[in-house]
Amino acid sequence: MYNFEFEKPSTTADAVAALADEDASALGGGQTLLPTMKQRLASPSKVVSLTGISEMQGVCMGDDGSVCIGGATTHAAVAAGASAYPALAALAGGIGDPAVRARGTVGGSLANNDPAACYPAGALGSGATIVTNAREIAADDYFQGMFTTALDEGEIITEVRFPVPEAANYQKFEQPASRFALVGVYVAKYADGVRVAVTGASEEGVHRWTAAEEALSANFSADAVPAAPGADGMIADLHGTAEYRAHLVAVLTKRAVAAAS
Amino acid sequence: MPKDSGIGASPKRREDIRFLSGTGNYTDDMNINGQAYVHFLRSDVAHGRIKSINLDAANAMPGVVKIFTGADFEGVGGIPCGWEVTDKHGQPMQEPAHPVLAQGKVRYVGDQIAAVVAESVEQARDAAEAIEVDIEELPAVVDMKAALEEGATKVHDDLTSNLCYDWGFVEENKPAVEAAFAEAAHVTTLELRNNRLIANPMEPRVAIGDFERASGNSTLFTTSQNPHVIRLLMGAFVLGIPEHKLRVVAPDVGGGFGTKIFHYAEEAFCTFAAKALNRAVKWTSTRSEAFISDAHGRDHVTTIQLALDADNNFTAVRTDTHANMGAYLSTFAPSVPTWLHGTLMAGNYKTPLIYVNVKAVFTNTVPVDAYRGAGRPEATYQLERVIDKAALELGVDPIALRRQNFITEFPYATPVAVEYDTGDYHGTMDALEKMVDLSGFEARRKESEARGKLRGFGVNCYIEACGIAPSNLVGQLGARAGLYESATVRVNATGGLVVMTGSHSHGQGHETAFPQVIAEMIGIDESMVEIEHGDTDKAPMGMGTYGSRSLAVGGSAMVRATEKIIAKTKKIAAHLLEAAEADIELKDGAFSVAGTDKSVAWGDVTLAAYVPHNYPLEDIEPGLEETAFYDPANFTYPSGAYACEVEVDPETGKVTIESFNAADDFGNIVNPMIVDGQVHGGIGQGIGQALLENASYDENGQLLSASYMDYAMPRASDVPFYGVDHSSQTPCTHNPLGVKGCGEAGAIGSPPAVVNAVVNALRSGGHDITHIDMPVSPQRVWQAMQG
Repeated sequence: MYNFEFEKPSTTADAVAALADEDASALGGGQTLLPTMKQRLASPSKVVSLTGISEMQGVCMGDDGSVCIGGATTHAAVAAGASAYPALAALAGGIGDPAVRARGTVGGSLANNDPAACYPAGALGSGATIVTNAREIAADDYFQGMFTTALDEGEIITEVRFPVPEAANYQKFEQPASRFALVGVYVAKYADGVRVAVTGASEEGVHRWTAAEEALSANFSADAVPAAPGADGMIADLHGTAEYRAHLVAVLTKRAVAAAS
Repeated sequence: MPKDSGIGASPKRREDIRFLSGTGNYTDDMNINGQAYVHFLRSDVAHGRIKSINLDAANAMPGVVKIFTGADFEGVGGIPCGWEVTDKHGQPMQEPAHPVLAQGKVRYVGDQIAAVVAESVEQARDAAEAIEVDIEELPAVVDMKAALEEGATKVHDDLTSNLCYDWGFVEENKPAVEAAFAEAAHVTTLELRNNRLIANPMEPRVAIGDFERASGNSTLFTTSQNPHVIRLLMGAFVLGIPEHKLRVVAPDVGGGFGTKIFHYAEEAFCTFAAKALNRAVKWTSTRSEAFISDAHGRDHVTTIQLALDADNNFTAVRTDTHANMGAYLSTFAPSVPTWLHGTLMAGNYKTPLIYVNVKAVFTNTVPVDAYRGAGRPEATYQLERVIDKAALELGVDPIALRRQNFITEFPYATPVAVEYDTGDYHGTMDALEKMVDLSGFEARRKESEARGKLRGFGVNCYIEACGIAPSNLVGQLGARAGLYESATVRVNATGGLVVMTGSHSHGQGHETAFPQVIAEMIGIDESMVEIEHGDTDKAPMGMGTYGSRSLAVGGSAMVRATEKIIAKTKKIAAHLLEAAEADIELKDGAFSVAGTDKSVAWGDVTLAAYVPHNYPLEDIEPGLEETAFYDPANFTYPSGAYACEVEVDPETGKVTIESFNAADDFGNIVNPMIVDGQVHGGIGQGIGQALLENASYDENGQLLSASYMDYAMPRASDVPFYGVDHSSQTPCTHNPLGVKGCGEAGAIGSPPAVVNAVVNALRSGGHDITHIDMPVSPQRVWQAMQG
């Protein structure tokens, strides 16, 4: 790890100011950034911890019935506190291991947008709104490919608002080593239609499986899930070929629908 | 009634108090005043010629003490290999130089190019980044068969090819084996890969070199399973330091699994640099570094053939194996695919004719050496897989086919040069069948199928040769060492004992089990016995712990030394009791005269030895300390039968282990709880190999599974609660305790049962599959099901 400055502001405004420095990096739970720094693959001049900002902590209900989660809320806190949205609580409770869940945050996960992370599927599958210090971003506009988001430099996720669906479920098939999602599928049924978000599978990162959404919006049953999507653009690595991942997308979608029904 | 002390009791492990409460003393816990830290700059290309190394910028970095390169080691010895294999033409293996720091070429990703010694680890790493190395990249040699093709790039320019040796065993048997295959009623052929593994002990390797200018003495503190071996190899072959000027200390060691047997360049470097700089130099491996610098294990590609007669009797076995050596020969690497592998190809079966061919190959990968089981898992896996395939082809029950071919008379001389002293293979199979509820399997399979899952049952046997090894035999086979063990038993005046053993626990529980033996022999409490190990200044020359040898060989040395102690104390007691020595009996910690009520306590006799006022000084010396060296007459041959039941999710290919049962014959058992733990750990590693672990290189020699993000270790949730039975006991006939080794059995015996079960499950689903290579990952299973 290289030397760096460290700040732990107590307000969002102070954090934004601290992040104005070139090469400053926001620190959520540090589950990605710290290992990367230890391996000397990242070298921020300044690390700004967001964990001391009380207004970014906790789970509450919004006026419109959404579950609102502060950007610095840990996975463990969401697992324990988001009972109004059980599928989301279950997703959070299945991330990593207890140590990861005690430190990792929803804002950190969404800002990083790892192509195999769970939260991006939950946010995209729920049509969540990503609230930052500067604006509100619809999930459909937020995820822009592997490790790429709509966030500007220094922009902080202060809150994520999840509309609560009629039914939802997340199915994760774990990569054997990392236990990240080899493929994960989040299915959520809303009054105006079904959303299906897929993580782990695509070289484009988290994405919606629109063919399945259309079919399931017409008939929300496992039998309605279409044949597996094409393997083009799917990730191929040690743990799964593109074809295998494409196959798992359909399997997990069916399982998610069955579990949600 | 189970005993509560002595042999056969299961006292809790006394060492666990410190291991589990954070008060162990591991090498990295040690720090020496004024120590500097070293960071190794390692090659990030698999094969290349070093054109230049510019240290100017790095030398100017803060905290740098000195930067060493290969040039600083000209005239210094290389890392030696401890075993010379002779090929099928009678020629010695090709043995390349193995420099401490790269000389001219780098040969694997992880090869050390330079060593930066600085005031702190971070400063050393900073300076290493400022070193400018110009490397001309060369084509990487990765695939073993391609490495042997005409015109292949050579890993070592000064060798004739990438072939280390072409070994035939037993070469004279080859024509008879060929004839048996020609006459066979049935031949089963199986090609398979024994996947490359990385040991991943919880504690990464650490080395601290120290030098005392006043005495000229060097000390190495290191994470080793065999400090005396390191002292001999490093002192004699690398640095030219005689043993009396070199101390090697291996304190608490957090797991080894074989990978801490070997003498590594980092140890030699730290010892060398400490003397050069006149200050201690410490190296602590990071986990990332361990993946590319700890010796790997396994990595065999094999074709095995089994010949059977019309009555399904095994008539011959022949194998053709390519064994990966990596870029250099690690300490015992050449012995693993040969003498630790070919000699086991008879397994539990009376196959009369066997021929084993092994081609050992250099590649641009991390050196490969012994890993828990070392050669024996490879032998067991191929044999037990080909037998299962033969049973499939012949439509016979795999257990019956095995039973029909079991060796039943002992001693039994195999056609592959070893003689099994005892065993009862029907006995362990009987014990296994009692555990597994075979009659209920079809019902369990139906229940799984009702949930959309495929259920499979797999069984296998194993035999292994451990408790290594008779020195005169291994000397003939190419070992450059003896494989005896030593013990000094020191009895203090007030009766307590300290055993200084050449065995070295890296988690096995010697501090608990060894005192149980002495307590039984003398009739005193185990708390009166302390075990010392891991310091060459304390214990006599010993060979350390590997090959499941500690109790069988080290324990035997301790028994022999204790017998000398008992003989002497009987003489003293006879004097004190004014009786004939032949009439003295030692029982429950007291000496008595047979047929009388006269007795004297153990502590009074030991006190007399050190306060010899009333003492037969004319006959015996005062004091009470004895040493014994024990050289085993043979290997010990633990054996067993293992069964695994799996469920396969046909939609995803995921395999779940539903049950795993192991029936072992370890001969006599000193501490059943510790034996259970050894079997549990071994099976866990075997399941890891079968389902999860795989060190995978790409065609450029980059290790793809170079962290826990991609190298899948078994976790508690991957394994079931094991059934373990060791009621079938045929004591070893040639060591004083009648014990066999138990440390590796689980890892040797478990992989084939898992794969046999997976194949069985898939076939029940209508898939015409006879083999899947390990690790049987979800992707591989799914792909196999796609046809």
